[in-house]
Amino acid sequence: MSKRYLLFSAVLFLSLMFQGCESIPKDALRMNEATIEQRRLQTRVFDTSDEAQILSASASLLQDLGFTLDKSETKLGLIVASKDRSAANAGQVTGAVILAALFGTPCTYDEKQKIRASVVTHPVYEGKGGTAVRVTFQRVVWDNYGRITKLERLNDTDLYVGFFDKLSKAVFLEAHEI
Amino acid sequence: MSKGMVLIGSTFVVLAFFSFPGCSNPKEAVLSGGDQVKLRSIQSRRFETNDKNKTLRTAMATLQDLGFVIDEADETLGTVSATKLDRYALRITVAVRPYGENQLVVRANAQYNLKAVEDPEPYQQFFTAFEKAMFLTAHQVE
Repeated sequence: MSKRYLLFSAVLFLSLMFQGCESIPKDALRMNEATIEQRRLQTRVFDTSDEAQILSASASLLQDLGFTLDKSETKLGLIVASKDRSAANAGQVTGAVILAALFGTPCTYDEKQKIRASVVTHPVYEGKGGTAVRVTFQRVVWDNYGRITKLERLNDTDLYVGFFDKLSKAVFLEAHEI
Repeated sequence: MSKGMVLIGSTFVVLAFFSFPGCSNPKEAVLSGGDQVKLRSIQSRRFETNDKNKTLRTAMATLQDLGFVIDEADETLGTVSATKLDRYALRITVAVRPYGENQLVVRANAQYNLKAVEDPEPYQQFFTAFEKAMFLTAHQVE
């Protein structure tokens, strides 16, 4: 065992050890400037007071998108769903294989991901009234060794715009029993 | 083996020995926790309302504002659980229970990665956001 290897394992061990000891980030439970903007992006108000209908349309849409429903509580306007998909990206896999061949490094690349969504509805009393829907997405990505490589919220604007376009359609289909 | 290597090696072993005290013992892992009275006081707030449904819905909206994805909710039990992923995993449960005739106690407890959150500050931040949302909900035109 070389000295360098020993030093490397000691550093790796120390960094892993302190990862467990780190405490919660200062702003983890604090509202910030982005809060309002994200709320706007993740929320749509539908022109109906029938919350059950909106929830039902949301459940159908999640199924359309390949999610399976994990939990629901209609009395609080909640649906929780998830889907497991491949996270493999041809470019990343090729890069990993080339690096492994050239430098003998372990060949690691993202392999699978779990995407979770929760839809929360609530009645709106201001203005014309209606039912508000807020959806939030997050994902966990694992590499080909089963290690977690990403824990993240999905904040992409297009994702939410696309979801609500489809939800409007689903609400229409629901209303017309299609 | 050189002196340097022996030193690094032995430091490594000593650190390994001290870094996992109690981790492998399930009894300690299950029953560990801070001072019960102190924890309850930093994790709880009382509110002048008896509307459990609205309080739970407000808790869900606040958690969504804070970047959480709701995992589950149960109106009968009065609980909401949610997870925030942001290069870390922060899981929280908010429980709402009646206190007397016209009040509710809201309690939040959180775990950050593999550790219980026992600092008062994150809970103060959560309740600041939650109280603001409760105030706005209470003053909505119905």
